[in-house]
Amino acid sequence: MRRSVIEMSEVDIRDRTKEDFQELVLAELPALYSLARRLVRDGAEDLVQEALLQAFRSFGTLKEDAAARRWLKTILVNVFRDQLRKRSRTVDERPIGDLSDFSLYRTLVDEDPFPYSDTLHADFLQVFDSEDLREVLIRLPDIYRIPLVLRYIDGFATKEIARLMGAPLGTTLARLHRGRRLFEREMWAYAREAGLLTKER
Amino acid sequence: MTDTKTIPCSEAVRQLWDYLDHAIPPEDQEKVEKHLSFCRRCCGELEFAKEMRAFLAGSTVEEIPPHVKERLERFVEGL
Repeated sequence: MRRSVIEMSEVDIRDRTKEDFQELVLAELPALYSLARRLVRDGAEDLVQEALLQAFRSFGTLKEDAAARRWLKTILVNVFRDQLRKRSRTVDERPIGDLSDFSLYRTLVDEDPFPYSDTLHADFLQVFDSEDLREVLIRLPDIYRIPLVLRYIDGFATKEIARLMGAPLGTTLARLHRGRRLFEREMWAYAREAGLLTKER
Repeated sequence: MTDTKTIPCSEAVRQLWDYLDHAIPPEDQEKVEKHLSFCRRCCGELEFAKEMRAFLAGSTVEEIPPHVKERLERFVEGL
């Protein structure tokens, strides 16, 4: 039996949409997986998979294909936020000590880990590969790590981060500030512990 | 009238990233600029903040291990 024009177009739209979805997301898997690995210590694959499922269900809300990466990342962050809320009703406010006096810039000048370098600070950053960076990020409490990753690695606007995390803008700015200090302190601690500052590396 | 009173290093350093983001009010932006105009150490902090931001922004995408890629591709194709 021949299908009606309406039935045919519905099938064609559905098929095209599914193919479009597959084509779009397959190209974005590395970006999504990388973001997931910076957000969770374990279970990045599962987080991406859940985000892909949510994205597929709401594919119609994507207005322009060019915005696919940001749209997918936003969904992934929403899924992650919901998982965090289910896991714990309280915000992780582990004490992180006094950060007010710590400056990585000054610490590097004072400790001078590369005495023969003319570009001490740039050289310090270069000893960190992507896995080292991830190790430092994963050490940070969620409330500091998430805004830091979204703002400075994935390029979200601060207002967007505040909206995604359901926190006031002022709180988000304060967490970014403390997160940056904490991140720099942990970079220094990690570099020493992991032997990144020795010539033998 | 704009308050152009100088700020100490601790305050300038505290605001450097927000200064680079233009996330502070214009009067605070001006205070940081004024401080930077005479403080060499804070200029060093500013340069390092720029380097750190470039370092973070340049670390966006890693490669996916083949077995993970395969699993995710299978999942997408099975939707």
